[in-house]
Amino acid sequence: MSGHHVVPVRVYLAVFAALMVFTAITVAAAFVDLGALNNVVMLAIAVAKATLVVMFFMHVRYSTRLIPVVVFGGVFFLLVMFGITMSDYVSRGFLGAGSAWPRPWAP
Amino acid sequence: MSRTGTAETNYLNAQHGLKSWLLTLDHKRIGLLYLMGVSFFFLLGGIFALLIRLELLTPQGDLVQPDTYNRLFSMHGIMMVFFFLIPAIPGVLGNFLIPIMIGTRDVAFPRLNLASWYIFMAGGSITLLGVLAGGVDTGWTFYPPYSSLYSATNVLTVGIGVFVNGFSSILTGLNFMVTIHRMRAPGMTWFRLPLFVWGHYATSFINVLGTPVIAITLLLLVLERAFHLGIFDATKGGDPVLFQHLFWFYSHPAVYIMILPSMAVISELIAAFTRKRVFGYHFVAFSSIGIAVLGFLVWGHHMFVSGQSVYAGTAFSLLTMLVAIPSAIKVFNWSFTLYQGSVSFDTPMLYALGFIGLFMIGGLTGVFLGTLGFDIHVHDTYFVVAHFHYVMVGGTIMGYLGGLHYWWPKITGRTYPEFWGRMSAMLVFVGFNLTFFPQFLLGYMGMPRRYHAYPEEWQVLNVLSTAGASVLGLGFLLPLGYLLWSLKYGKLAGKNPWGAKGLEWTTDSPPPTENFRDAPVVSEEAYDYAGAGHGDGGAPAPARAH
Amino acid sequence: MSHGHSSALAHHFDSLEQQREASTLGMWLFLVQEVMFFGGLFMTYMLYRWRDPEAFAAGSHDLNITLGLLNTVVLIASSLTMAMAVHSAQTSRRRPLIGYLTATGVLGLAFLVVKYFEYSAKWEHHLVPGPLFHFSEPAIGGRAEVFFSLYFAMTGMHALHMVIGIALLAWILRGAVRGRFDASYYNPVENFGLYWHFVDIVWIFLFPMLYLIGRHYHGGA
Repeated sequence: MSGHHVVPVRVYLAVFAALMVFTAITVAAAFVDLGALNNVVMLAIAVAKATLVVMFFMHVRYSTRLIPVVVFGGVFFLLVMFGITMSDYVSRGFLGAGSAWPRPWAP
Repeated sequence: MSRTGTAETNYLNAQHGLKSWLLTLDHKRIGLLYLMGVSFFFLLGGIFALLIRLELLTPQGDLVQPDTYNRLFSMHGIMMVFFFLIPAIPGVLGNFLIPIMIGTRDVAFPRLNLASWYIFMAGGSITLLGVLAGGVDTGWTFYPPYSSLYSATNVLTVGIGVFVNGFSSILTGLNFMVTIHRMRAPGMTWFRLPLFVWGHYATSFINVLGTPVIAITLLLLVLERAFHLGIFDATKGGDPVLFQHLFWFYSHPAVYIMILPSMAVISELIAAFTRKRVFGYHFVAFSSIGIAVLGFLVWGHHMFVSGQSVYAGTAFSLLTMLVAIPSAIKVFNWSFTLYQGSVSFDTPMLYALGFIGLFMIGGLTGVFLGTLGFDIHVHDTYFVVAHFHYVMVGGTIMGYLGGLHYWWPKITGRTYPEFWGRMSAMLVFVGFNLTFFPQFLLGYMGMPRRYHAYPEEWQVLNVLSTAGASVLGLGFLLPLGYLLWSLKYGKLAGKNPWGAKGLEWTTDSPPPTENFRDAPVVSEEAYDYAGAGHGDGGAPAPARAH
Repeated sequence: MSHGHSSALAHHFDSLEQQREASTLGMWLFLVQEVMFFGGLFMTYMLYRWRDPEAFAAGSHDLNITLGLLNTVVLIASSLTMAMAVHSAQTSRRRPLIGYLTATGVLGLAFLVVKYFEYSAKWEHHLVPGPLFHFSEPAIGGRAEVFFSLYFAMTGMHALHMVIGIALLAWILRGAVRGRFDASYYNPVENFGLYWHFVDIVWIFLFPMLYLIGRHYHGGA
C-alpha cells in the first residue's frame, strides 16, 4: 500500500515536534475556562494529533487510495454509532413527547 | 471429456491422517472442518427447538419447569444464531469456493483461516460447557439488568463463549476481504466476479465493522457481572438501554451476515438452473453493498418499546423502510432472470425457488415490523418469531441447503441421489410453512414469545406448528443420511455435472490441493451462458444424478 | 544485504508485492475492527459524561495529571522510535533497526510501569469500583463510580493492547536480530508499526478524555 516510499526523517521529527506542541496546548487549555469550547478544543486537538499519526507515521499520506477509504469507513461507522445513539438520548422529551432522560443521575 | 478425479490426487486424498486435517492450511479442508462444526451445533440447536415445540403442544406448562423453558429458548437462539447461522455459509461454502471462484490457490492468510476455525470451535466448546452446566435463561439477547444482576445461570461462561466466537467471524471477514481485493486471477475484474463473491464481500464488511461492537458489549457485561462494575446498572448510574443500543448495533447487521451469503448462493443457483446470466448483475452486486451499509443504520427498530425516544424511533422506522429496497431489488432481479430462462427443477433450484417465496414473506413482514405503530402491538409476540424464522430458515437455511447440494459434487466428487434431494426439499418447504405460518396468526392475536404456557384457544395453531416442526425436522435429517451415503455410494461426478458457468466448474471434482492444474486467466463475463466465450468444458445439458 | 525472495514469499502469493499489499490491507482491516471495539467504550464514556459532567470532572481530578502527561509523551516518543525503526528496515540498516525497536519496547514498558503505580494508588484510595469503592467528595459520592469503571475499562483495555504489542515487538525484534528484514522485505516491521501507532492513537484520545476534564473548575489538582 505504501509502496517503497521512504519518508524522510525530518518529516518524522517535525510530526513529533507538532505532537508535543499539541499536547502542551491541550494540557494548558484544560486549565482555562472556555465554557463549552473546552470540549471542542480538546477534541479538535486530539483529532489533529491522531490525523498526524495516521498520515505520516502510518504512511497513509503516501499510500494508494484503498487505505484512506478503509480508514474513512471505520471512522464513519464509529460516528454513526455515536451520533445515532446520542440522538436517542438527547431527543427524549422533545416537544413534550415522552420524558427527558434524567440528568444528572442521582443515586 | 471430463475426468472423474478419483484416480488423480485431489485435496481429499493428498494427505492422510488426523494431523493433516487438524493442521491443514487448505481452505477447502477448512471448509469441511467448519461443516462438521456447524452441523453439530445445528443439531444441538435443533434438539432445543424440538423440546420447545413439544412443550407448546399443550396450553399448560407441563413438560418442563418455567425456568427450564427459559433456558431452552435461550440456548436454541444462541446455538442457532452464533454457532450456525452466522458461520455456516461463509465458513463452509465461502471458504471452499471463494479462492476457486476468483481463480487463485488459497485465501490471503491460510494460517489465520485455520486459526479462525479453532477460535470458532473454542468459543463453541466454552458455550457447550455452559450448556452442560445448565445454559442461560436470559434469551439470546442477554439484556441486563437480568443477565448482570439477577439471573442465576451461566451467563459468564456462555457470554465468554460467544465473545471468543466473535473473533472467528472478524478474522474470516478480514481474510475474505483481502483475498477478494488482492488475489483475483488475471482478467477477473470486479464486475466479472460471481455474485457469490460480491455477497460474501459485503458480509465480510459487516463482520469486520460490526462484530467488535458486540465483543466489547459482552465483555462489559461479563465484567459487570463478575466485578460489579455498574456500566449498565441503573443503581450505579448505568443505563440498561445503552446495552441494547450497543447489542443491536451489531445484532441487526448480524442478520445481514446471516442472509447475504444465502442470497449470494441463490444468485448462483438461479443462474445455473435457468442457464442465464443473472438479470441486472450490477444491481444485484451493488444491492449487496447497499444492504451492508444501510443495515448499520436501523438497529433501533428492535428498541421501539424500550424507552427510546419517539423521534429516534421514527428515524429508525424510516431507515428500515430504506433497507428493504436493496433486498427487493434482488428479488426482482432473480425473478426477471427466471423469465424466458431454461428452468430445470433439480434439488438446488427447488431450494432457490423456495427461498424467493419464503424470503419475500419474511422480508415483507419485516417491513410491517419496521412500521413503528404496528410494532408496538406485535413486539415480543410470535409475529416477530415467525418473521425472523421466515428469513433465517426460509431464507438462510434454504440457501445453505441449496448451495450444499449444488456444490456437493465439486466438494466430494460424488453426486447425491436426486430423488431424495427433491423429497427433502419438499419436506423442508411444507414442514417449514406449517411450523411458522400459524405463528404469524398467533402473534397477531397476541401470543407472547418466550412463554411456555398460553390460553386454551390458541392450542390448535400451536399443535399445527409442532406438527410442522416434526416434518421440518425430518426434512433436515434426510440430507444427513443421503449425503453421507453418497460419499461411498454416490455416482462419481465429473468436472461439471450441472453444465454451469464459473471457474469452480472448470477444475476437477474434487479439486486438486492447489485448485487448478493451470492458473486460470479470465476472459469472459460472469454467467456467460449465451456468449462467445467457451472457457469451461461443460456439457451442453446438465447430467442428471439419481 | 537482502535475502532470496523465495524464502520470504508464501506459496499462495504470486509475488512479494502482492504479499506485501495483502498483509498491509489485512492489518488495516484489523485496525478498523479495533476502532469499533474501542468505539463501544468511547460511546459509553460519551453518554455517561454527558449525563453527569460534574461527577466526571470530580473523578478526573483524582487522576494524576503529571503521570498521565508523562505517559503521553512516552507513547508519542515510542511512535517516533517505531517510525524510525520502519525507516531503518526500509533502508536496510540493521543496527539502527534493532536500536529503535528496543527503544520502542523500553518506552512501552515504561508506560506500563507508570500505569502500575497509578493503579496501585487507585486501589489504596478506594477508587476501584466494586464493594470497596468510596469517593471522598461528599457532593459526588457514588456518582463517580461510573467514571472510575470507565477509567479502568478503557485504560485497562489499552494496557492489554500494550502488553500484546510488546510481546509482538519482541518477536519482530528477534527477526531483526537475525537479519530477516531489509529493503526488499520489511513488511512485518511496517505492519507491526501500524498496530503500535494505533495503540498510541487510542491513548491520544484517552489522556484528555480521562485526565483533563474540567481542570479549570477547581484550578487544577
